Amino acid sequence: MKIVYNGEKDSRAFKDILGTQLQALAEEDPDVIYLDADLMSCIGTAKWAMDSNQGINCGIAEANMAGVAAGLSASGFKPYIHSFGPFASRRCYDQVYLSAGYAGNPITVIGSDPGVCAAFNGGTHMPFEDMALYRAMPGSTVLDIADCNQLISVLKQVKDMDGVKYIRVGRKNCAKIYADGEEVPIGKGVTLREGKDAVVFATGILLHEALQAAETLAKEGIEITVVDMFTVKPLDAACVLQYARETGAVVTAENHNKIGGLYSAVCEVLASGEPVPVEYVAVEDVFGEVGPQDYLQKQFGLTAEHIVEKVKAAVARKK
Amino acid sequence: MDDKTKKELEKLALQIRMGVVEEIKARGFGHIGGSLSICDALAVLYGREMKIDPKNPQWPERDKLVCSKGHAGPAIYSVLAVKGYFPYEEIKTLNQPGTNFPSHCDKKKTIGVDMTTGSLGQGTSLAAGMALGDRLKGRDSRVFVIVGDGESNEGQVWEAFLFAAAKKLSNYVVLLDNNKKQLDGYVKDVLDTGDLAAKMKAFGFDTQAVDGNDIEAMAQALERTRQGGEKPYAIVMDTVKGKGIPDVEQTMANHSMNIDAEQCDKWLADLQKAYAAFGE
Ligand SMILES: Cc1ncc(C[n+]2csc(CCOP(=O)(O)OP(=O)(O)O)c2C)c(N)n1
Repeated sequence: MKIVYNGEKDSRAFKDILGTQLQALAEEDPDVIYLDADLMSCIGTAKWAMDSNQGINCGIAEANMAGVAAGLSASGFKPYIHSFGPFASRRCYDQVYLSAGYAGNPITVIGSDPGVCAAFNGGTHMPFEDMALYRAMPGSTVLDIADCNQLISVLKQVKDMDGVKYIRVGRKNCAKIYADGEEVPIGKGVTLREGKDAVVFATGILLHEALQAAETLAKEGIEITVVDMFTVKPLDAACVLQYARETGAVVTAENHNKIGGLYSAVCEVLASGEPVPVEYVAVEDVFGEVGPQDYLQKQFGLTAEHIVEKVKAAVARKK
Repeated sequence: MDDKTKKELEKLALQIRMGVVEEIKARGFGHIGGSLSICDALAVLYGREMKIDPKNPQWPERDKLVCSKGHAGPAIYSVLAVKGYFPYEEIKTLNQPGTNFPSHCDKKKTIGVDMTTGSLGQGTSLAAGMALGDRLKGRDSRVFVIVGDGESNEGQVWEAFLFAAAKKLSNYVVLLDNNKKQLDGYVKDVLDTGDLAAKMKAFGFDTQAVDGNDIEAMAQALERTRQGGEKPYAIVMDTVKGKGIPDVEQTMANHSMNIDAEQCDKWLADLQKAYAAFGE
C-alpha cells in the first residue's frame, strides 16, 4: 500500500468526498439510494440529491429515516443514510438495530463529526459512544475514518456488504495518508510505520497524532509501530496479537470514550491472547463540551503529546 | 395592551436582536436565522408574560421556558442578559473555550436557562414533564416551549403533544416558530409539514395562528394562555427566518452564517437607530 503521509493536510475536506462519492456511487448503481435528515447541505450532497430519485431528504426525523432505509433495503436497494454522529447512532439506534440488523436488511450508516470534531456544535452533538453502540450490534461493521482516500475506498466496499455498516467520519480536512486511488481493505489493520519498542493502534483523527508522536519518540530513541486500525469491528485480531508479541507494549488512540471503542476491542483480544501492558488515549468517561477542535483535543487528552506519554508508560511497564 | 407597554416590548425585541449580533460578532459565525425569528416572542415572554425573578433564577414557582430548538441559544442568552440574569458582556464569549454560552442551550452552564436542548425534539417532552411536575407539586406555573417548524419533523414532538393533550396539561404552552425554513431549505421542500395549526388543533390544543413577529399579536395570543382549562395551548407563529436584519432575511442559506465584524457593526448601527427612534 502506498503511503504518502508527510504531516500535511489533504486539500480535500471529508465533506467534499462524501458529496462527490455518494453521487458517483448512485450514478454507477441504480440501487444505491442516499437518505439524509436535513443535513445534506452539511456534507455537500444537496446539489444533486435534492433533485434526484436516489436522494431522499427525510427531514429531521432520524429514527424514521433508519426504518425507511431498512424498508428500502428489503425492496432491493442499497441505502446509505447520514446524520451527525449522535443522531446517526443514539437517536435511531433501536430502529437500526432491529429494522436493519435483526431483520436482516443491510444498510450503511454515516455518522459525521465524531467526538471532538463536533467542535462548535458542542456537547449535545459530540458522540463519544457511537462506536460502543455500533460494536454491540451483532453482524455490524464499525469504521473510524482517518483519510480521504480511505473514505473513497470504504464507501465503495460497504455497498454490497451484509449487515449494518457504521462509518464515522469528520467533515473538515484531515492529514493525507494514503496515495490517490489506493484501496484500503476493510478488516485489515494497515501498518504505517514499524518500530520494536511499542505499538500504537490508532483510528480517525488520532492516527495523525500517533504518527506525530512517533516522530517525537524517535528523537528520544523510542521506535514505535503505528497501525491504522480503522476497522474497529471486526477487529484484525491477528494484527493486534502479532504486534503485541513483537513489541510487548500496546497503546490505543481514539476520538471516543475509553469505554466500548478501540481500547475495549483491543483489550478484548489481548486479554485472552497476549496479555501485555496496554495504555489508552481516549476520552475519560465524560460528556462533551463546546469549543474549537484543537482546544477540545487538549481538553480531552487527544493529542500527540498524550500519545507520547502513554507510550512511555506502556514501555515502562514491560517486563 | 397600552401604547407604552407595546413600545417597551418593541424596544426589548431590538435589544435582544442587538445582543444576538454582538454574540455572533465576537465569534464570527453562529445560528443567526432561527435566533432572530423568535426575538419578538421572547420580548413578550420575558418582558410581560412570564412570572420570573432574575435575582432568583431557581425559584420553583416561576414560569419556565424550554427552547426546544436549542440552536437559538444566542437569542435566549441575549434576553437573559438584558433582563439582568448575568453581566451583559459575558454573552460575547459565545462558543469560546470554557464559555457558559454554548451554541445550544445548556442549563448546567447558563444561569436562567431552564432546560438543556440541542437534539431537536427532546425539549417538547422535557417541557411536558416539567408542566406535569409543576401541576403535581401544586405550583401555579406555566411552561413555554419554543419548537421549530423543521424540528416538528421529529416524531417525538408529536408524542409529546399527544401526551400533553391526553394529560390535559393546560400549563403547557407551545410556541411553534413557523419560519418556513429548516437547514436544507424550505420546510415544504425538505419534509412538508402541511397546515401546522390544523395539526395542533387536531391534536387537542387550544390553537391560535398569529404573526409571530408582531408584538401586539403575540401579547394577545399569550394572554389567552393564562386561562387554564382542559387543553394545552399552541401558538403557531408566522415568522421570518432572520427577522429584523434585511440582509439576513434575504439570504437563502441563513441557518448558520459566517459574518465578519464590519458587517455586524453595520447591522448594530441600524438596530441602534431603530432603538433611538423610540425616544425615551
Ligand atoms: C435530532 C437532531 N437532528 C439534527 C439536528 C441538526 N440541526 C440543527 S438545527 C436544524 C434545522 C432546524 O430547523 P428548524 O427547527 O426549523 O429551526 P429554525 O429554522 O427555526 O432555525 C438541524 C437539522 C439537531 N440539532 N438535532
